[in-house]
Parts: sequence; C-alpha cells; structure tokens
Amino acid sequence: MTHPTKRAAISTAGLRKSYGDHLVLDGIDLQVREGTIFALLGPNGAGKTTMVQILSTLIKADAGDIRVAGHDLATDPDAVRAAIGVTGQYSAVDRLLTGEENLRLMADLHHLGRGRGRRRVAELLERFDLTDAAKKPAATYSGGMARRLDLAMTLVGSPRLIFLDEPTTGLDPSGRRTMWRIIRDLVASGVTIFLTTQYLGEADELADRIALLDHGRLIAEGTAEELKRLIPGGHVRLRFADERGLTTAEGVLRDVFPLEPLGLDAAELTLRVASDGSVKALRDLLGRLDDAAVDVEELSVHTPDLDDVFLTLTGRPKSEVETQR
Amino acid sequence: MTATTRTRPLSDSATMVRRQFLHMLRYPSLTLMLAGMPIVMLLLFVYVFGGTLGNGLGGAGGGREAYINYVVPGILLMTVASAAQGTAIAVAMDMTEGIIARFRTMNIARVSVLTGHVIGSLGQTLVSIVIVIGVALLIGFRPDAGPMAWLGVAGMLALFTFALIWLSTALGLVAKSVETASNTPMPLMLLPFFGSGFVPTDSMPTALRWFADYQPFTPITETLRGLLFGTPIGNDAAIAVAWCAVIALAGYLWAKQLFNRDPSAT
Repeated sequence: MTHPTKRAAISTAGLRKSYGDHLVLDGIDLQVREGTIFALLGPNGAGKTTMVQILSTLIKADAGDIRVAGHDLATDPDAVRAAIGVTGQYSAVDRLLTGEENLRLMADLHHLGRGRGRRRVAELLERFDLTDAAKKPAATYSGGMARRLDLAMTLVGSPRLIFLDEPTTGLDPSGRRTMWRIIRDLVASGVTIFLTTQYLGEADELADRIALLDHGRLIAEGTAEELKRLIPGGHVRLRFADERGLTTAEGVLRDVFPLEPLGLDAAELTLRVASDGSVKALRDLLGRLDDAAVDVEELSVHTPDLDDVFLTLTGRPKSEVETQR
Repeated sequence: MTATTRTRPLSDSATMVRRQFLHMLRYPSLTLMLAGMPIVMLLLFVYVFGGTLGNGLGGAGGGREAYINYVVPGILLMTVASAAQGTAIAVAMDMTEGIIARFRTMNIARVSVLTGHVIGSLGQTLVSIVIVIGVALLIGFRPDAGPMAWLGVAGMLALFTFALIWLSTALGLVAKSVETASNTPMPLMLLPFFGSGFVPTDSMPTALRWFADYQPFTPITETLRGLLFGTPIGNDAAIAVAWCAVIALAGYLWAKQLFNRDPSAT
C-alpha cells in the first residue's frame, strides 16, 4: 500500500488488467502530480488506451489501489467521474448534432442551467475557433475541428483532471500545434493532464514527466532529461571518401579510444565514435585525423533523444514501433 | 464545478430525449420508412387480398369493406413492431458511437441514455400510428368507437409500444453489429400474421391455432378490435395488459443489465 503524496491527481499501485489470457497491464505503479502534464508513451498495443479507460472509470481494473482526483476508483467511481474529463482516441462527438448542440448537450448534462450553459457554450466555441461552424452538423467537420469540438465538450464541466488519449494522432502539423497550444493553456490554468502518445517528440515537447509503457509494464519514468540520461551519451558519425580512409581512421581512433566500440560500417564507409559533441572534443578528433592525413568527407553530431531511449530500453527502434500502427 | 456526485435521472433523461428528437429531425427518412412499410402492407392487404379475404370472414356484407375494418388492428401492431425494429437499429448504431463512451465517463444517470432512446422512439412510433390510422380512414376504415374507446385504443397501443421498445432496446444492445440488430426483431414483424391480425385464428390448423391463440399479439389485437368495433373483449384486455407489463419489465431489466456491464467484457 503506497501513501499517495498530498497533491497527487492520480496514484496507482499494482494496477493489473487482463483480457482472458492476455495480460494487458502488469502491475503499474505511478504518481501524477496536480497541475502537471504526464505523458504515457508507448507503441500501439502497449496498453495505453486500456490504462486511460481504467483511470477514467470506463472499465474496471482486475487489481490495484487506484486513486483518481482524490477518490478511490473502486468504491467511488461517480466522484471520480464528477472531477474528470476524457477525450478519447475515437471521436466522442454526436455526429448528427451540430457543434453547438453537442456543447449544449454537455452543458445540460452538467446541469449548468440555461443562462450559464449558453455563455459557457459561446465561450468554448469562440476559444476553439468553432463559432463559424457552430450550426453545422459535426459529421461535416474536418479531423482537426472534430478533435477541437471533442476537447471543448470535455471542458464544459470544467474538469480538474483531463485524460487525452492520443490527442494528436491523425492531425496535420498545424492541427497538432494548435492542440499543443490548447493543452499548454489548460495546464497554465491549473488543470492536470494525463495524455498518451506514440510520438516521442510530443512527449518531449509537452510533458513534465514521461512514463514508457511497453508490453503492459512501465519500463522507465522521469522527466525527458532524466530519461535521456539513462542511456549512453551522444556520438559523432564520420564518413570517409574511400576504404583506405576508413581503415586508417579506425587505426588512429582505436589508439585514442581503446575501450570504446567503434561502430564501423564498411559498406557505408562510416565510423561511429562516442562523443559529447562539444567543439573541443570535435576539434581534438579532427586534429588527430588531420595528423594521419585522413580526409573526412562528412561529419554529423548526435545528441541522445527519446528515440535513443526507446531503442535502448525496448530493444526495438522507434521506426519499427511506428510501422506497427 | 460539479460539486455533487448525486445524479439527476429526470433531468438527464429529458436531455437525452431532446438528443433523440434532434436525431429524428436530422434523419427524418427513418421515421418515414417506419410509417411507410405498414402503409404498403395496409394497401396490399386491402386492395390485393382484401376482396377475397373479406368474403371469408363470414360476417354480414364481407368483401373489401369488411376486410379493411378487420385488418387495421393487425396493421397497427405491425406498425409498432416495425418501429421496434427501428429502435433496435438506432440503439445499436448509437452504441458504436464514441459519444456513448463519453457518457459512461460522466457523472450522469446512466439509464438516461436508454430512457432517451425509449421515450424518443415512443414519440416517433405514436406519430407513425397516427399517420397509419389517417391513411386507413382515407381508404375506408370506419370504426364505430366513441371518445372513451379511442382513448382506450391509444392507451393500449402506447403500452404495447412501450413494452416492445424496451425489448428492442435490449436487442439493440445485445447485438454485436448494426446488421444483427436489424435482423433480430424480424420475428416481431411476423407475429401479427401468426395471430388474429390478418385472418381469424379458427381458420388455422390446430397446432398453429394453439400458438396463435396464446401468443401476446392476439389478445392485444382482439382488445383493439373490441374497442374499435364493440366486439366482445372478455379477458383479452387483462391478458394484453399483463403481457405488456411482463415484456416491458423484462426488456427494461435486460437492457439495463446489458448497458451496465463492463464494456471490456464484451
């Protein structure tokens, strides 16, 4: 039994869920502090959506102590429902109704009353740039508009904690940037955001803390910086004009870095050398190659990013992860 | 903002009914189709089969004029059954929409999602029934019911519609797809034929006749006929009301249980 910190918006201990024989979530322990953005990052099928469905009371966990917005999920789901808002992966708007009618529906279900409901709807239409489309059926909306309407509906009840399940999947770059701006504005107003994403860049961009979910287990958790520190540092990639250059360079660098594995790719004529990428280190490296009269045709510096974290921790490159979609 | 976690079933149901009426306004072809099918059957049975079937009724007069008066109660039940099919389709379609997941994560009275459908469909069906009766009157339907008897007809049809719609709400929920949901209520459309809806049951072979006499559509048909034409009702009215109560309660409990099950278990 863990003792949730005083300002935890979500805390889970030993959360488990399986469908038949298939274990989807295998003992998840996590804490999300109030007023922060928490990103759950993982490939499709990792269990991200299941996690959101459980935390948002849609489905029941098999085991675990779970508190959401200060309430026990198992014994008081209605209190949790009253405090949260959910925007799922699949559009949760009524496509036969207009944008305005969808928002009115939410206002009525939150019992806002006529005047207050009307004001709230007008305010949200304005804020999400939907005023012009307010009288059109949601079925005619573009992907970005539908997603904005979806989030606006979530906000009608002014939830303190919002779940966003892959909020930008399928959006174009400008739609994605708009969504990021909206999410940042929400957090600035004190709301807690729990989002799932399969885009490493998105987690890096938005989240205060990131957890990596793979095959139903959390394999790492921390800030983007902490996660990047988990893996070996950056490297420099050198490409040579011919094989002679490559072999000479390898001989020179083997003496300098006796313990480092030199990633040698004979076909590509490249070497991969561990380096922090600083000017001093690069000057030193190039000086040694110059002394040996080796011409470097191309040089690129790599600092670690979340892709490297993913590769290191899951043993699979992110590109493979993405092709699983 | 929502400080209390207490739900308000009446207010939420009213909201969901408004949602259903907006759906019907946006998608009026379903309402027209639901009323159109029984009208086609009415015209078919009156103008194609009516002359011959009317002569077989054995009463005074006979022919098409007698048959239209005989067949209208059966057609009205068919109208209700056809509307019930529409409800099952609408419920199944709605359950595939993401907004239902949203409703489930909101602190609202859960049953309001279902009562919205039921009350919406009830309104839609009563409109269809009025249209069908209107067409029947135009082509020669001449009941001799007084205002009280018409009130009874309205009550009987409303009760029957309410019962069948709860049942088809459950059928719409239990269906794995919209296609299944449109097929499972089909037997309801056939039941007026295997009863006293189109011909008197005493003209049927013994086994069929036994089924026809005891299935719920027959006492309801006979009650309507009695109210419209003053034929003896006997205990048919009590049996009809009892059937409706049983079907409504079973449909309601089944639907509620289906809607409250953990969505991951399906």
